[in-house]
Amino acid sequence: MSNLETAANPEKLRRVAIDPVSRVEGHGKVTLLLDDDNRVHQVRLHIVEFRGFEKFIQGRPYWEVPVMVQRLCGICPVSHHIAASKAMDMILGAEHLTPAAEKNRRLMHYGQIMQSHALHFFHLCSPDLLFGFSSEVARRNIVGVAAEYPDIARQGVLLRKYGQEVIRMTAGKRIHGTGAVPGGVNKALSREERDTLLADVYQMIAWSRDAVHLVKRLFEQNLEGYNAFGRFRAHQLSLVRADGAMDLYHGGLRARSMDGELLFDHFDYRHYWDKIFEDVKSWSYMKFPFLRSLGPEAGWYRVGPLTRVVNCDFIPTPFADKERRDFLAFDEGRAAGATLGFHWARMIEMLHAVECIKDLLQDEDIMGTELMVSGERAGRGVGVIEAPRGTLIHHYRVDENDLVTRANLIVSTTHNNQAMNEAVRQVAIQYLDGHEVTEGLLNHIEVAIRAFDPCLSCATHALGKMPLEVELVDAGGSRISALSRNADGEVAACA
Amino acid sequence: MSKTFTLDGKDVPFRDGQTIIEAALEAGHYIPHLCHHPDFKAHGSCKLCTVKVNGRQTASCTMQAAEGQVVESETEELNSERRALTQMLFVEGNHFCPSCEKSGDCQLQATAYHLNMMTAHYDHFFPNRPLDASHPDFLLDFNRCILCSLCVRASRDVDGKNVFALAGRGIKSHLIVNARSGKLADTDFSAADKAASVCPVGVILPKRRGFAVPIGERTFDKQPIDAYVDTRIARKEE
Ligand code: SF4
Ligand code: FES
Repeated sequence: MSNLETAANPEKLRRVAIDPVSRVEGHGKVTLLLDDDNRVHQVRLHIVEFRGFEKFIQGRPYWEVPVMVQRLCGICPVSHHIAASKAMDMILGAEHLTPAAEKNRRLMHYGQIMQSHALHFFHLCSPDLLFGFSSEVARRNIVGVAAEYPDIARQGVLLRKYGQEVIRMTAGKRIHGTGAVPGGVNKALSREERDTLLADVYQMIAWSRDAVHLVKRLFEQNLEGYNAFGRFRAHQLSLVRADGAMDLYHGGLRARSMDGELLFDHFDYRHYWDKIFEDVKSWSYMKFPFLRSLGPEAGWYRVGPLTRVVNCDFIPTPFADKERRDFLAFDEGRAAGATLGFHWARMIEMLHAVECIKDLLQDEDIMGTELMVSGERAGRGVGVIEAPRGTLIHHYRVDENDLVTRANLIVSTTHNNQAMNEAVRQVAIQYLDGHEVTEGLLNHIEVAIRAFDPCLSCATHALGKMPLEVELVDAGGSRISALSRNADGEVAACA
Repeated sequence: MSKTFTLDGKDVPFRDGQTIIEAALEAGHYIPHLCHHPDFKAHGSCKLCTVKVNGRQTASCTMQAAEGQVVESETEELNSERRALTQMLFVEGNHFCPSCEKSGDCQLQATAYHLNMMTAHYDHFFPNRPLDASHPDFLLDFNRCILCSLCVRASRDVDGKNVFALAGRGIKSHLIVNARSGKLADTDFSAADKAASVCPVGVILPKRRGFAVPIGERTFDKQPIDAYVDTRIARKEE
C-alpha cells in the first residue's frame, strides 16, 4: 500500500478532498488522489489538531500539569488527567500508590471508559445507522435487530450518565476535575457515594452485556458487509498486565505483528522510546509513530479497543472474558480482524469497565484515608494508560525548580494515524474506484474513520453529520466539482 | 446610642474612624472588594468597592463612615460597573480558571461569580509574564496578579521585609521582587511571612501543594463570597 501514499506523478492525478469542518478551526481532511481512470492512487488523512500541545505545558509547575492537560482534549480529558498524574508520580518518586489512591484512580478511569464508549456507540453511531451504511436491504435487517432492543437509546443515555457520575464523584466534577494529584488522589469515595453507585451497578452490567449482544446480532445480520469493510492487517500495541490480562490502567507494553507473533512483551513503558519512534511527514502536522525494530515504512501499528481485546491473553472479569472468547471465535476469527470489529470490542471493554467498577465499589479500600505517598525526587516522568481510544503516553522533564522543561505526548489518535490512513485507503479502493464521487461513497469513509473513534472535533458530530467538504481537482490542479456536507447533514455543491 | 448610616436602606452602626466598608462588613453586609483587607491600610486601587454616598460615587474602603450617610451598593448600575472592572482584570492577565490551583479559593473568581460575569467581554491581552520558581518553597505566577498591593503592604507593614513592590505606571504597572536579581530566592521571604498567605488570587503559591483540597471542600465551594463578610475567613488565614 505504501505506493499509494506518494504517487509517482502526483501532478497528473485528480484530487478528491474531504475536509471535515474548516481548516481554520484546525481540523483534518482526507485527500484522495485519483488517476485519469478514477482509480484511487493516493490517500492522505490530514489532522492538524494536536499542534502545540507540548508548548502549553512548558514552564508550568509540575503539580498543575494533570489538571492543565485536560484542556488539551475536550473529548477525553480524564485520560490526560490520569496519564499526567502517573508521570508526575514518577517525578515525586511515588512508586507505589496507596491502595485507596490507586483504586480511586482506577475507578475514575473506568468511569471514563464507560462514558466514552457509551457516547460513541449509542449517541454518535446509533447502531442501526452504523451497520446500515451499505445497502437498503442490509439496512432493513439492521432496523429489525434494533427493534429487538427497543430500550437501547435510553440505556445508552443512562450508561453514559453512570460513567459521568463515577467521574464526578472521584474527580469532583464531570469535566476539569482534580481528583488525581502527583503521588495519589485528593479524595476517596465517601460511603454515601459508594452506596449510590453500588445501587445501580448490576443494572449497568446487564445493559452492557445487552450492548455486546446487540453488536453481535448486527454482525450476524450483515456478515459480508462488516467483514469486507475497510479490512486491513496491522501490527498491534497495547498495555497488558504482568499475567497477560487486559489492564487499562497499568501494565507493560506488548506489541504483536500482523501475523500474531509477539514482537516484544511486558516492556517497561518508562523506556518506551527504545521501542517507539515518531516519524514526521511533510504533508501532515501529526506525527507517525512506528515500531523501531520494523522501521518507519513497515513499523506502523494500531491501538485501541480492537487491539486490546485481541492482544491480551484474557480479560480478568468473567462476563467480559466470555464475550471476548465469543468475539474471537466468531466467523472463524474474521470479526476480530475487521475494522468494524472495533465496535464489538468497544462494547466488550465497556462491559469490562463496569465489572471493574463493581469490584472496586465492593472493596473497602475505595473509601480509604491514606491518599498520598512520595519518595525520591526524579527529573523525568513517564505515564502510560490505555485511554478509551488506545495507548496514551505522557512524558515530562521537570527541573530542580519544579517547572516542566520538556513534554512529549503521544495520544491514541496519533498512534492510529497510519492505521486510519490504511482503513480509508482500503475503503477508497473498495468503494471509490471507478466511480463518480457520491455522498454514499464518502459516507463509507466517514464510517471507516469513525471505527477508530478518533479524538477529532469533526468526529463529535453524530454519524452522517460529520461536516465534510468534497472537492474534485483535476490533474492540472483545478477543481472540477465539489460537494460539502454541514453539521446538519445537509449536502450541497460548492461554488 | 451608636452612630449609623444607611446601606441600601438598612441601618449600619459604626465607630469613629471606621470606613464604610469596615462598618458594613462588621455588620454582616458584603460590599464587593479586592484590594481591601481588614488588617491593612486602604489602598483604594481596585475600585470594586465603589458605592454611592449621598448620590456621589466613592470608594467605600477609603471613605470614612459618617452619621446619616445614605449609601447605595447593591444597585444594577454599580454592579454593572463592578462587572466591567472585573472583566478588565481578567483580560489584563492570564486567568485560566480551569487549570488554576487557586480555583475555588480565589477572590477574583468568586467575585466574578458574585457579579454574574459570564464572559470576559473584552479582548484578552495575553501578556507574557514568566514565572519565578527560584524559591525552594514558593512559586510566583505573575500571570494572575491584579496589582492589589496586599503582598506589598503585608511584607512592608507586617513582615518588615519589603520583598514586593509595584513598579511602572498605568497599564505598565507590574509587581516586582526587591532583589538585585529580581528573584524571590534572593530575598529573605519565608513561608511564615504574612505576605505568603495574603494574595487574593493565585500569584504567591506554596510549591507542591496545588489541588490538594478536593472540589467541594474549597473556600467558595462551601458558600459564595458574599457570605464571607470577614475576609480573613475567605483567605483561610486563621
Ligand atoms: S501578587 Fe497577589 S497580593 Fe500581590 S499585588 Fe499581585 S494580586 Fe495582589
Ligand atoms: S477594595 Fe476599595 S478600591 Fe479595592
